Amino acid sequence: MSAVDLTQFHKTFFEESREGLDAMEAALLALDSGATDRELVHTIFRAAHSIKGGAATFGFADVAAFTHVAESLLEEVRSERRAVDSGLIEVLLRSVDCMRAMLERSSQGRPVADAESEALRVELVQLVSGEVVAPAVAAASLVAPVSGWNIAFTALPHLLQTGNDPLRLFRELQQLGRLEVVRAFVTDSAPAQLAELDPSQCHLGWELRLHGAVARGDVDAVFDWLDGDCELTITPMVDAAAADAVPQTSDVPVPPAASASRPIRETATASSEGSSIRVGIDKVDALINMMGELVITQSMLSDIGEKFELSQLGRLRDGLVQLERATRELQESVMRIRMLPIASVFNRFPRLVHDLERKLDKRVRLELHGEHTELDKTVLEKIGDPLVHLVRNAIDHGLESPAQRKAAGKPETGTLKLNAYHEGGNIVVQISDDGAGLNHAAIVAKAQQRGLVAAGQELSDAEVAELIFQPGFSTAAQATDLSGRGVGMDVVRRNVRDLGGSVGVRSASGKGSTFTITLPLTLAIIDGLVTAVGSERYIVPLTSIVESLRLRADAVRKIAGGGEVFHFRDEYLPIMRLHRAFACSDAVTDIERGIVVVIEEDGRRVGLLVDDLLGQQQAVVKSLEAHYRRVQGISGATILSDGSVALIVDVGGVVRLGQQRKAA
Amino acid sequence: MYEDPMYEDKRAAAPPLQQLTFSLADEEYGVDILVVREIRSWSRVTRIPQTPDYVLGVLNLRGAIVPIMDLRLRFGLQRESYGDDTVVIIVAIAERLFGIVVDAVSDVVDIDPAAIKPVPDMGAVVDTRYLKGLATHVERMVMLLDVEKLMRPEDVETLDAALPAVQDVEVAA
Repeated sequence: MSAVDLTQFHKTFFEESREGLDAMEAALLALDSGATDRELVHTIFRAAHSIKGGAATFGFADVAAFTHVAESLLEEVRSERRAVDSGLIEVLLRSVDCMRAMLERSSQGRPVADAESEALRVELVQLVSGEVVAPAVAAASLVAPVSGWNIAFTALPHLLQTGNDPLRLFRELQQLGRLEVVRAFVTDSAPAQLAELDPSQCHLGWELRLHGAVARGDVDAVFDWLDGDCELTITPMVDAAAADAVPQTSDVPVPPAASASRPIRETATASSEGSSIRVGIDKVDALINMMGELVITQSMLSDIGEKFELSQLGRLRDGLVQLERATRELQESVMRIRMLPIASVFNRFPRLVHDLERKLDKRVRLELHGEHTELDKTVLEKIGDPLVHLVRNAIDHGLESPAQRKAAGKPETGTLKLNAYHEGGNIVVQISDDGAGLNHAAIVAKAQQRGLVAAGQELSDAEVAELIFQPGFSTAAQATDLSGRGVGMDVVRRNVRDLGGSVGVRSASGKGSTFTITLPLTLAIIDGLVTAVGSERYIVPLTSIVESLRLRADAVRKIAGGGEVFHFRDEYLPIMRLHRAFACSDAVTDIERGIVVVIEEDGRRVGLLVDDLLGQQQAVVKSLEAHYRRVQGISGATILSDGSVALIVDVGGVVRLGQQRKAA
Repeated sequence: MYEDPMYEDKRAAAPPLQQLTFSLADEEYGVDILVVREIRSWSRVTRIPQTPDYVLGVLNLRGAIVPIMDLRLRFGLQRESYGDDTVVIIVAIAERLFGIVVDAVSDVVDIDPAAIKPVPDMGAVVDTRYLKGLATHVERMVMLLDVEKLMRPEDVETLDAALPAVQDVEVAA
């Protein structure tokens, strides 16, 4: 029999197990919110069962042992011997977390079981009726440093027939620590006459000692498949000094069964295994279709090229049009492969909300809309943390306690709505709550204290909302004396900006607030306007352009400090001379001869002075950082049709650059 | 191990370092051949704003946006003109590409590592921070360039470190 290298399946196992755990979590949360579908219980059970099977097959004994206990508990639920209550769901949710952590550790080749998983396992074992272990001993020995285990192992005669082999077991034990055979003996079941001995029967027993700080779970796992095939007693090795020391020592880790101290899981470890994406077969089929068309076009064009006559010019032109269309569609199809539904990010919120509800003693109804909205994988990976932050903030600071809500005449359960949708070339994600809204007075007071606004200065709603994104409002220490929002909002904004997006807030006192994140559909390709500044070419992303216009010299007002403004749709906008910001020589400096492109970022508008507009172009964004470094005011570079490089203007960066100059 | 008397004496000493030598302002420099990706003639680059003047700009190297640095300007010398005979050496350190503009490429030579001398403080023409050592090859002195340091010049680093701080100040002001 040839040995199959099982490691090749590990990746698949981990991926499937993670999906299984996600399914378990989702079903558990559904059960918690009152659903009574039998199918949910079956889903949970099935997921646990396949993880156990997989873990045992691939030799992750600790995971298998843990999941086995969880499965036993689930079996009781499935056979309706145990009622589903919130306590049970809480334990199972913790088990899901624990299994997730164990799988994560095994995928990294680190020791799998830890004190937490052992404690939880013992808790589960205690819950499962009928399977009583001596919990006191077990729990103590699990967390206390054990010097080893005494194992009394007596095989029942049919042991060998079950495919188990004592020798293999001993080898496995040996891998855990030094194994000492105290005594090996022949059991009473052995026949008296050697001639009567049946070689397929096992009549042996052993007393073993396993030295070393081995977790009980590891030892159990070795004997996992011998249930009913042997007599087994495992007791911790008592060496006098250790036994005395254990109960008193204060630095023994507290069994983490105390769930109150359990940290709330902030982010899923989704990014750890970010190397592959699952692509729907329809997308692949679309690609193949495109490819087919491209091949046909190519053969048609080469046909024309082979014996070209001027009369075929029309056909050539048709062919080129077709080629352009096919290339564009191919490009879109390829981009679509990178697009994944936002559901993968949204799905972590039910759990987060569930945990926060308990921790903060609030009641929240979570509504998710537009989970199928697709966005670029890179964007998706990076938007998770800012969203978690906003959701946390909304529940922590936005929604009031049930009592406060009742007093304000609102339903006790608050509503948190997450919505994702497409709008133009952008994805919009909204997080809205029906809580108290931003606390104007507190924010203004804080801003005055920080010197961000002058005392007595009247601020509009929008200006107040803008304040919470200031870095001054960010640290945790300051958050305690500020009842409004603003904990790390500057970080949220920075993260979103790094993705080329923007974030804003609308708030109504007593009615709630809505945070709106606008993100580009993809980071890889943008529609840009090619502008000329001197002999240089800069690309301005089309999505941030409001309008381009030519100004008359008398429309420009100079203001103190050397700035220039112009009147645009009821407001005065600052003029930003791109040639000055980027120190371009030989550029047009006369405003009448140049063109002003009005750009918008985070609701702030600026008129960008360039020499000329050269046309619109799709630009494949290339990073400057890959080989150089970040340059302020530049978001990347692209390659023009003549092979030369053009830089892409980072609109937000330029707007900030302008302010910086003004401040300087 | 594979034993062959033919290779014996070569293995005894450390293997020679192969250096690509080039000239810059009448001096001879060497750069480790293993970091050299290609040698190309000058082509127009796209200037990047907000960068030191010795970074001439970026060019498109088969789809990669590669910065180009003029070694003359880096060492505080002048360059009269860029033309077809100007040579760009593309080097790669840890997957990062960088172009170095030099006067002319000379040769590939073997340098015995044992013969590399430390750099004395020359003060004058050359910024010795970017040199690994001095070697002699056929009566000529070759200055061995530390490309890694060149790619990560300290002033750029300090500038990068200072940038966020500057921004914060702006906002607060």
